[in-house]
Amino acid sequence: MTMQPAGTQVASRTTAIIEELKGLEGALLPILHEIQEEFGHVPAESLPVIAEALNISNAEVHGVVTFYHDYRAHPAGRHVLKVCRAEACQSMGGDAIAAQIQQRLGIGFHETTKDNSVTLEPVYCLGLCACSPSAMLDGEVIGRLDAEKIDEIVEEVRR
Amino acid sequence: MDLVREIDFGTPASTSEKQVTLTVDGKTITVPEGTSIMRASMEAGVEIPKLCATDMVDAFGSCRVCLVEIDGRGGTPASCTTPVGEGMVVHTQTDRLNAIRRGVMELYVSDHPSAWNETPGTGASEFDKVAAEIGLTENRYGTEGRNHVAPGNGSLTIDYMVRDESNPYFTYDPAQCIVCSRCVRACEEVQGTFALTIEGRGFESRVSAGMHQSFLESECVSCGACVQACPTDALREKTVLEKGLPERSVVTTCAYCGVGCSFKAEVKGDEVVRMMPYKGGKANHGHSCVKGRFAYGYATHEDRILKPMLREKITDPWREVSWEEAIAYTASEFRRIQYQYGRGAVGGITSSRCTNEETYLVQKMVRQGFLNNNVDTCARVCHSPTGYGLGQTFGTSAGTQDFDSVEHTDVVVVIGANPVSAHPVFASRLKKRLRQGAKLIVIDPRRTEMVRSPHIEAAHHLPLKPGTNVAMLTALAHVIVTEGLFNEAFIRERCDWAEFQDWASFVALPENSPETVGGYAGVNPEEIRGAARLYARGGNGAIYYGLGVTEHSQGSTAVIAIANLAMATGNIGRPGVGVNPLRGQNNVQGSCDMGSFPHELPGYRHISGDAVRDIYESLWGVKLDNEPGLRIPNMLDAAVDGSFKGIYIQGEDILQSDPDTKHVSAGLAAMECVVVHDLFLNETARYAHVFLPGSTFLEKDGTFTNAERRMNLVRKVLEPKATYADWEATQLLARAIGLDWNYTHPSEILDEIAATTPSFAGVSFAKLEEMGSVQWPCNEKAPAGTPIMHIDGFVRGKGKFIRTEYVATDEKTGPRFPLLLTTGRILSQYNVGAQTRRTHNVMWHDEDRLEIHPHDAENRGLRDGDWVRLASRAGETTLRALITERVAPGVVYTTFHHPDTQANVITTDFSDWATNCPEYKVTAVQVSPSNGPSDWQEEYEELSRKSRRIEGRLEAAE
Repeated sequence: MTMQPAGTQVASRTTAIIEELKGLEGALLPILHEIQEEFGHVPAESLPVIAEALNISNAEVHGVVTFYHDYRAHPAGRHVLKVCRAEACQSMGGDAIAAQIQQRLGIGFHETTKDNSVTLEPVYCLGLCACSPSAMLDGEVIGRLDAEKIDEIVEEVRR
Repeated sequence: MDLVREIDFGTPASTSEKQVTLTVDGKTITVPEGTSIMRASMEAGVEIPKLCATDMVDAFGSCRVCLVEIDGRGGTPASCTTPVGEGMVVHTQTDRLNAIRRGVMELYVSDHPSAWNETPGTGASEFDKVAAEIGLTENRYGTEGRNHVAPGNGSLTIDYMVRDESNPYFTYDPAQCIVCSRCVRACEEVQGTFALTIEGRGFESRVSAGMHQSFLESECVSCGACVQACPTDALREKTVLEKGLPERSVVTTCAYCGVGCSFKAEVKGDEVVRMMPYKGGKANHGHSCVKGRFAYGYATHEDRILKPMLREKITDPWREVSWEEAIAYTASEFRRIQYQYGRGAVGGITSSRCTNEETYLVQKMVRQGFLNNNVDTCARVCHSPTGYGLGQTFGTSAGTQDFDSVEHTDVVVVIGANPVSAHPVFASRLKKRLRQGAKLIVIDPRRTEMVRSPHIEAAHHLPLKPGTNVAMLTALAHVIVTEGLFNEAFIRERCDWAEFQDWASFVALPENSPETVGGYAGVNPEEIRGAARLYARGGNGAIYYGLGVTEHSQGSTAVIAIANLAMATGNIGRPGVGVNPLRGQNNVQGSCDMGSFPHELPGYRHISGDAVRDIYESLWGVKLDNEPGLRIPNMLDAAVDGSFKGIYIQGEDILQSDPDTKHVSAGLAAMECVVVHDLFLNETARYAHVFLPGSTFLEKDGTFTNAERRMNLVRKVLEPKATYADWEATQLLARAIGLDWNYTHPSEILDEIAATTPSFAGVSFAKLEEMGSVQWPCNEKAPAGTPIMHIDGFVRGKGKFIRTEYVATDEKTGPRFPLLLTTGRILSQYNVGAQTRRTHNVMWHDEDRLEIHPHDAENRGLRDGDWVRLASRAGETTLRALITERVAPGVVYTTFHHPDTQANVITTDFSDWATNCPEYKVTAVQVSPSNGPSDWQEEYEELSRKSRRIEGRLEAAE
């Protein structure tokens, strides 16, 4: 299980990240990326800290965070599996692949297994159309998905 | 009478001077370059349907309804984001456009209550009108599937959100929202709070207050700009939803602060259902704050007293009487007192809340009827040093600019003022200018919202110790002089060079250097130097200041120091510069202008001047006293001494707003006839023998003069609830004491003012009706008024530099009273709170709190929210602590909106050397833990309750 950081930790780590990055032009997105990297999600309590540091409003930070699906409000499972649902993959049997994966993991899209091992998400194109159908596990892309590769993925995330 | 309709041009006006001519639907129109096609069309009388555009905010181009076709160009560009071009031929109604618009609207409607055959809200929104105009007949998309409208209905409901009713004044109904962003943009561009955003994306996009919070919990300040901007009924005033749409409207002027916003008072039956900011208002240009927009409920509050009342002794219960009896009694009492104790034993206080005409009548009654000059006004306790200081240096007792001037300012200096709280509509304009790149210097003991808030940040904040203003301003002058940053050409041309040299040699003394001053004022000298350099060399420099400058023992000196800075840097006499006092009350400028001070007749002319007295003596048929009369503090002193026995107080609560409450109450208690003419049984009325019910700004005609010398019309919206408008009541009293007054309308009073006062010679109701408003001086030389003063030279001739030696106040900290208390206001409450406490504004601020730095709190073992005892040499009170770093260590701060706090029990009777303006802003205090209200507060509470009894009623409300 991932330990949930305590509120004070969030604040102090957030402050450190902001300090490091706030000099950048358009610092908000890099800061949010770094925070997500740090905590596995963007904790709600970090938003006012960011707003204060960048001298923008809470609402503006909230607007940006919610606009991008990749910023999580809650921590994901230990692994994150993104399965491409875009046109090229669909034309190469992506629907069946997606159904198989859901069935094998026992969860639907946007869900996390009870043991917190994996979170399943749809993604709309990984730029890997030549190797459709494709997916991405913890940032590593996987092409030409088939039953065998799904087995490997399931084995990996269950480990 | 009808509703006043205003045209929405869709996009803001262009300021370009180059003109462009184009044709829209066959009509030729010439507009400034940069104007949108939408605006140009509207100016030609062709209305293009629109949803996401309104002329209060920049074009956005998201709704896709305002499309047009342009000859020679492909596609159907949005008219709001497409600027006009020379010779352009635009078509706004074609089959192609109509088909596109119908398609777009059909999509909107498919996810809108109308598709569900529900017409919640008013059914008369812009959205409804556009749908009707486009002639939508069908909805091919049905009501199945995802939607934002239906909570149940068998379809998916994950996108449905319940209404947000948290704000007391308006509702947010997400089901009606079309996500056009008008509210978000209004909050950002117009108000500058950035409290709203669009959260999510695609179908999940929603308007969100704060971080998906309720409006009340979010950063929203309830200014109403979003509600005004909303084209649907998603954001709508609760009063309109409850009571229905207004039937008629009257343009009038807000009666809260000195910004003087114009509003349309919208009425249904005999009830105001909404106050809408009026875009034609030259002070506010269609913007508002929570007070003017929503907090008018006091006008119909059950606490309002509507019948005159009398009592022999202040321990008696009140007895309701007829107007005739109350006036006759008052007149006979004043006659008796003058006979018994002498002509000077009575006096009057004019109100900065009432109209110019009413103020004029009160001082006229005192001078013509009482035959003395014992008249003063609440400006005594706020901006009297402004009158004195600017009068001495420039020759006029008023600010030099109009509010529009801020649009040309490069460096803004805000001293002892927090416009975000006290002058919010001006603050919005100021913040807009700052976001455009103007620089800001804040001189204030507190780290106010002006110092740093979303998208604005002061280049320099000088957090000086309360009471060191004069030293700080002189230190700025020191830098300007010693570093050669002054504008020699300006000074030689406009000012007395010899006086400048004398002043320069004074400020250049080492004791005035930032290094010395910074030491005792607690400010980094480099910051002072930086600020001085920026103001002197940063382009157009404008100074805005408030009561943090005036309410000191050296208030007048500080005003003079400000004037010196402006003259030395040449920042006077053109747009974007100047010295701008931010006036606290709606008509504090006007009440000063109208001769409310004991030494001055209208137009700031000294009472000792024979020529001036002649004007009035021949008109009024009496011999005027040529000696100045008593000021408010002198009246109270004289009362305690037994030589002042009767007073007529119109619309001011001196017991709560004047310093050293115990002294005020002792003075009032020693009088034999105290007449309070007010809306409510205020604190002062505890000592009153006669109560005359007042009228609100909605119930009378007249004029208010705002902080930029702008005279705005106040128009009667409703009949006076207490039978008489205040000017009529004063006239009744004047007639009862034997004056032959026969005014039938305030316009006649203004005519008398114009006829006798050169600076108002050109003003009349007819001119104000025609021009909307006018800034004095308005006379033969300036028939259209004077937006900016001292353009070709100072009113007094040569600008006068005056030495400003710093003398520390006698109010000093020591072992017993180690902290400095300073006082101020917050956004949702107004002054002593008599009005705003009787509205839902208490949801934001229901008690006065003592702001204290964490360091000082820790030393005293205080936690946030603890009750604390606040004691000074004058008295003590209790309130709850608010621990914050807004105040520096050693400084505490509170507001004075609630009578049970009685912050003025604490303040001392030290005052400005020149004008007696009390030193509210500096009191040495000690703070210690407490269990609850002090003895004084409990006694006071008991006395208040007793003093408010009215015969025949069980328990009178406050």
